Amino acid sequence: MVIEALKKENVDVIFGYPGGAVLNLYDRLYDADIRHVLTRHEQAAVHAADGYARVTGRPGVVFATSGPGATNLVTGIATAYMDSVPLVLITGQVSSPLIGTDAFQEADIFGITLPITKHNYLVTEIADLPRIMKEAFYLATSGRCGPVLIDLPKDIQQAEGEFRYPKTVQIPGYNPTYDGHLGQINRAIKALARAKKPVLYVGGGVVSSGADQLLLELAERTEAPVTTTLMGLSAFPGCHPLALGMLGMHGTYWANIAVNEADLLVAIGARFDDRVTGKLNRFAQGAKIVHIDIDPAEIGKNVRVDVPIVGDVKRVLTELLKKTEAKQHPDWLARIEELKNCAPRGYCQEPDGELLPQFVIESIYRETKGEAVITTEVGQHQMWTAQYYKFKNLRSLASSGGLGTMGYGFPASLGAQLGRPEETVFCIAGDGSFQMNSQELATAVNYNIPVKVAIINNQYLGMVRQWQQIFFQRRYSSVALGKGPDFVKLAEAYGAVGLRAEKAAEVAVVLRQAMATPGPVVMDFRVRAEENVFPMVPPNCPTCEMIRGDEE
Amino acid sequence: MKYVLAVLVENKPGVLVRVAGLFARRGFNIESLAVGKTVDPAISRMTIEVEADEKTLEQVVKQLNKLINILRISNLTHEPSVNRELVMIKVKANATNRAEIQQIVETFRAKIVDVSLHSVIIEITGNEEKLEAILLLLSHYGILETVRTGKIALLRGSKVTKNGEVKENGKDVL
Ligand SMILES: Cc1ncc(C[n+]2csc(CCOP(=O)(O)OP(=O)(O)O)c2C)c(N)n1
Ligand SMILES: [Mg+2]
Repeated sequence: MVIEALKKENVDVIFGYPGGAVLNLYDRLYDADIRHVLTRHEQAAVHAADGYARVTGRPGVVFATSGPGATNLVTGIATAYMDSVPLVLITGQVSSPLIGTDAFQEADIFGITLPITKHNYLVTEIADLPRIMKEAFYLATSGRCGPVLIDLPKDIQQAEGEFRYPKTVQIPGYNPTYDGHLGQINRAIKALARAKKPVLYVGGGVVSSGADQLLLELAERTEAPVTTTLMGLSAFPGCHPLALGMLGMHGTYWANIAVNEADLLVAIGARFDDRVTGKLNRFAQGAKIVHIDIDPAEIGKNVRVDVPIVGDVKRVLTELLKKTEAKQHPDWLARIEELKNCAPRGYCQEPDGELLPQFVIESIYRETKGEAVITTEVGQHQMWTAQYYKFKNLRSLASSGGLGTMGYGFPASLGAQLGRPEETVFCIAGDGSFQMNSQELATAVNYNIPVKVAIINNQYLGMVRQWQQIFFQRRYSSVALGKGPDFVKLAEAYGAVGLRAEKAAEVAVVLRQAMATPGPVVMDFRVRAEENVFPMVPPNCPTCEMIRGDEE
Repeated sequence: MKYVLAVLVENKPGVLVRVAGLFARRGFNIESLAVGKTVDPAISRMTIEVEADEKTLEQVVKQLNKLINILRISNLTHEPSVNRELVMIKVKANATNRAEIQQIVETFRAKIVDVSLHSVIIEITGNEEKLEAILLLLSHYGILETVRTGKIALLRGSKVTKNGEVKENGKDVL
C-alpha cells in the first residue's frame, strides 16, 4: 500500500536502510519499479533525500527500520526541518500490541521527532494509511515545506486493506496563506517608490517558491541591490551587478554596510536568523522593513516589521510587480561601489606559496563556470564557498544552514546527483566533516554516482580553531585532526578515484581530471592550515562592526 | 500579563504532547491548562492560561497555529467571558474550629465535601480573586493539600468559539 501511494506521488527514488521492522515493506519493494538506494548509514539516507529535494524541488523519501534505524534519522530530520526541506520519512515500528512494552528495537520515534518534524503520524489502522500518505506528501510540500514522518507498525504493514488513494486532502487545521494581503502589498510598493537606499534581503523562501526570475525583475526594475542568506544564494546570480553577496557573520563587507545604511530593507523568504542579524537591535537600524514570508510566525519573530506580508513569495512578487515603478539609484549604487573598493582583498595566492582554500574554491567556480550543483559540509570551507562560488542557477546549492550539520554535504551530493543526473555535482567538504559520513563512498561507488568531492584539507576543525584563535587566545583545544587518513587511498580503498593537489598550479589540473572521470572522485586539496574566514562579525555584535582580516 | 486562550484541537493521540512540548521548547510559560471533549467528540477544547508579554503571546498563538491538529485559537482575555476554576482544599480542622470554617465556606458559597477527625475537604468554584481570597483565609487553619483543575472560560452571551468562520464578535486573534 505504501509502495502504491509512492507511485501515485511519482516518487522515483527512495533512500533507505532495511531491518526487522520493515521486512514487509522491503519485500514489496523487491517487485516494485521504484529505485531504492541503500546508503551505508540511515543518517546519510536522510541527507541524501534532503540533497535530492533541495536541488529538484521534489520531496525526498526515506525508509528506515524501527529503533536504531529510526533514531539514526534524527540529525537528518532536524537538518531538513531547520531549512524547510520537504521530506517524507517512513519508519518501521514494532507491532501495535508490543508498542509501549520496551520491545526489541522499539523506540518512540513519534515522540522523538515531534519537535523536528512539520507533522508526524503513528499509524494505528490500515484504513487510515492511504489518507495519511496523501496528507504527508501534501504537508511536506505545501506552505512552508518540511519533513513529515510516518511511523508504521509491522502488523499494519502486514495487514491487507483496500487501497483507495484520496484525490484531495482535507486537513481542517492547516490552511497556508498563499496570496499576500493587497493593502500591505500596496504599502510595499509605495515604500519601494519612496526609498532612496533600498536593499533586498533574500532567503531560502525565494528558492523554494521558485521566484528567482521575479526577484531579478524586481531588483532590476527598482535598481535595488540584493543580498542573500546562505539559503538564498542560488536565488540571485552571484555575478549580477546588483548582487552584494551574502550578508551576516561571514557576509561581504559591502553587504553588511549596505544593510546598515539602507533606508528600506525588503526581506523576502528570509527569517532574520542570528547569523544574519548579529546584534538584533542594531540590525538595519535606519531602515523601514518589509517582510514577505509564507510562515506568519516568522513575521515579527525577531525584528519589528513595518510592512508584513504573509504569502507565497512567487505570488506576492507577481502582485507586487504589477504596480512597481522603475527607479534609479545612482547615488546609492555609487556608494556601494565605493564600499566594494575599500573592502579588503580576500586572499592572495602566491604561485609557489602554500595553497589557499579560497583559491581552490574560486578555481572550482572557474572550472565549472558557476554551472555546477554544489553541496557543502559545515565549517570554513562552507563559508568560503558562499563567498567565492558565484551561483548562477536556482537550486544549485545544498548546504545545511539552520542546523549546521557536519556530515551533511557528502551524502546530500549523492542525492543531488541522482536528482540531476545530467549535471556536474561537487561536494565541497572539510576534512573533518567528510569523515562524519565518508562511509558513503561505498554507496557512491556501488551505484556509480559520479560526484566530485573536493576536500579542503586544513588538518583542523578549522571553524572551531578560528574561534579559539580569535576568542580564546589560540588555546587550540581538540581541534587538530592530525595527519588524518590518506584521502586518496581512502577513495581507492572504496573503488573511487583519489586525486591530490598541494600547489596552486595543480588545482586546475586536478579539477579537470576529476570532471573528466566518469565515476566518483575524491580530491584532497592540502591547504594552509591556519587560514581564517573574513570578514567576521563577532557573535552578538552589530553586523557593521566586522573584523575585516586586514587589520594588523 | 496573563492571557486566556481557548484552543480547539482535533481529539487525536499526541495532541496534548504537541501543545505542551511547544510551550516547553520555546520557553513559553503555561499558568494552567485544562482539556476536555466538546459536544463533537472529535474535537477537544483546551483552555490555556499563559503568562507572557504581548509580543510573546503573538508568537505563542502563531506557533500554536502551525500545529496541524490545532483547529482554532481564540484570545478570550479581553472578551467578556466567564472564567472559572475548581479547587479542592484539604484543611486542618478539629471540633473547636470546624464551625468557624463552615462559616467561611458558606460565605464563599463553597462546599464541604469530606470531613474527618482532623481535616475537612472544601470544594470551591470561582474566578481567581475568589479562590485566592479563600485560600488566604484558610491558610490560617493550615492547608494540607490542594488540587486545581486549571482555568476554564466561555464567552458571555450567544457568541461561540467555533471551528470555522469567525462568529459574531468571537474575535479571531489573527
Ligand atoms: C555534527 C556537528 N558537530 C560539531 C559541529 C561544530 N563544528 C562546526 S564547524 C566545525 C569544524 C568543521 O571542520 P572541517 O569539516 O574540517 O571544516 P573546516 O572548518 O576546517 O573547513 C565543527 C566541529 C557541527 N557543526 N556539526
Ligand atoms: Mg578542516
